[in-house]
Amino acid sequence: MIEVIDAQSCTSCDICVNVCPTNVFDKTDGIPVIARQGDCQTCFLCELYCPEDALFVSPFAEVAQHVDLEMLRQNALLGSYRRAVGWTEETKHRREIDRSYLLFGH
Amino acid sequence: MTVQSTRAQRVSARAGSVEFDADVLVIGGGPAGTWAAISAAEQGARVVLADKGFCGTSGATAAAGTGVWYVDPEPALREAAMANREKLGGHLQDRRWMSRVLDRTYEQSNRLADWGYPYPVDDKGKSQRNSLQGPEYMRLMRKRTKQAGVTILDHSPALELLVDEKGAVAGASGLRRQKHDRWTVRARAVVVATGGCAFLSKTLGSNVLTGDGYLMAAEAGAEFSSMEFSNPYAISAAYGSVTKTLFFGWATFTYEDGSVVPGAASKGGRSAIARALTQGPVYARLDKADGEVQRQMRVSQPNFFLPFDRTGIDPFADRFPVTLRLEGTVRGTGGLRIVDDSCATTVAGLYAAGDAATRELICGGFTGGGSHNAAWAISSGTFAGQGAADHARHFGPARGRRLSSAGIVALRQRAGRPVKPADLAKAVQNEVFPYELNYFREAGRLGGALERLDTLWTEVSQADAATADDVLRARESASMLATARWMYRSGLARQESRGMHRRDDFPDQDDRQRHYITSGGLDEVWTATRPHAEAVYAEAAE
Repeated sequence: MIEVIDAQSCTSCDICVNVCPTNVFDKTDGIPVIARQGDCQTCFLCELYCPEDALFVSPFAEVAQHVDLEMLRQNALLGSYRRAVGWTEETKHRREIDRSYLLFGH
Repeated sequence: MTVQSTRAQRVSARAGSVEFDADVLVIGGGPAGTWAAISAAEQGARVVLADKGFCGTSGATAAAGTGVWYVDPEPALREAAMANREKLGGHLQDRRWMSRVLDRTYEQSNRLADWGYPYPVDDKGKSQRNSLQGPEYMRLMRKRTKQAGVTILDHSPALELLVDEKGAVAGASGLRRQKHDRWTVRARAVVVATGGCAFLSKTLGSNVLTGDGYLMAAEAGAEFSSMEFSNPYAISAAYGSVTKTLFFGWATFTYEDGSVVPGAASKGGRSAIARALTQGPVYARLDKADGEVQRQMRVSQPNFFLPFDRTGIDPFADRFPVTLRLEGTVRGTGGLRIVDDSCATTVAGLYAAGDAATRELICGGFTGGGSHNAAWAISSGTFAGQGAADHARHFGPARGRRLSSAGIVALRQRAGRPVKPADLAKAVQNEVFPYELNYFREAGRLGGALERLDTLWTEVSQADAATADDVLRARESASMLATARWMYRSGLARQESRGMHRRDDFPDQDDRQRHYITSGGLDEVWTATRPHAEAVYAEAAE
């Protein structure tokens, strides 16, 4: 489930509020808030759409986890999914390296 | 001279609501909905697309990666592609439909390439088009939908259909949940592309898929088909949401003590996993994947590794607990019954596409991976969008049509207490999640579950209108309940095992039941049989 919005990097663009398919976030006068964490379906799409890598979704789908932002920053976990799918400038070559066609039919 | 606008027109409405006049309304903004909206707009229709969440991230595809049943138009390849799935599907497919879906999927996938989808190129320089990355695909589909002139309403769940004096579907209304008001779209035709129902099981990307379109359509009188084929379960790490069953093809499954679960496999051995899970935890390790396969997996499906990388597990070397998550009719093949080539339903003005519609015509009773569902979404979306636009064009002036609301459950004043959405959802899950009820079916157990579900329905049908805060969740849980009843009633009617439908009391396939099961009804759920197309042709030839 979504666990944290990093206040240091969030620019209040509210993209996460718009793109979350299950409407987990609410806009505020400042940065958005995780208003309905229990509705999160752990699809990781808010992370992909966050241009500042300010969000972190824990892989635990059913239970909330304590996350340590400093540890996430140190381990380069913020934005790791976005880099992996090629949605950053430095990794955009990855958008076309899908090798599923070699895996089908197994 | 006035220029005919090709955009849906916003018309004046009372305070607290917005209203649009359109030719075609598409409900649902996943692959099927976006293909339907684009196809209708390309026919000149003024189109509104309303999505419960955000068109581009909503639905099972956006969060995942999917194979696509994309086959080069060489007769031998096409023949093999059709033939190799017929047995798995229980010989309920229809060759004519398979063929037109292959044609349309091929055409539309090639258009995706023209639109800039970054298909990979193989070692021989050939563009490989049998797989799509969900986020990339759906981001592109949103862009193309907007460019086609479609008005998109995000975070706008539909609550009910509107019908005219003759009972034809003429629009819908719902909530704008971030604006805290209501929307109404008056349209000449409506495409339901709301996906299937996965019962809030947290199978990847599927918690928006609660069967809402089924309930709305049923309230307008629509019928369903193949709802017994509704019990696929996908493998995921026990704690996680990422279901990528393909990759578990390289797994070894073990009990707590480390011994191998006999017969357990991702393909053809998932029932052994289900049986083992009823006894205790089951673990997996993808130890059959060599270094090359591991690298291919990493680049092909990065999200598969998030639950591992973020918990310090190496899935190729470490054991991790797994579970099976119900995918219901998202990967099942049941859904709204299709009556013609334009994906029309049994109700005038109402079309169905994607997982909201039955996939029996190309899959029979089994889908396996996502590739057929993805092809169906592309093709049925295109057929339904064109069909709806055509219907709208021939409709004539809609002025003066008196529309009424078709929605009933949780929307009307009744004597009973309002639905408690979370409690109702849980009660339905208790009947559809257990492997011993849904995976392995048997008359006594199905009957018991149905009795409890019918009792719940009696309460729901007498429940008072939900509050504005609760109405969406109330409708979702009621949709899950209705879906479960069509599933199990159909499951009882099919007294054999075929496709994904397994009956402990009828373990074999029975040639005399090579037919489709139709279902429908809300207060009284009914089933009936329809012959398979080949049986109809055979009779005509005699």
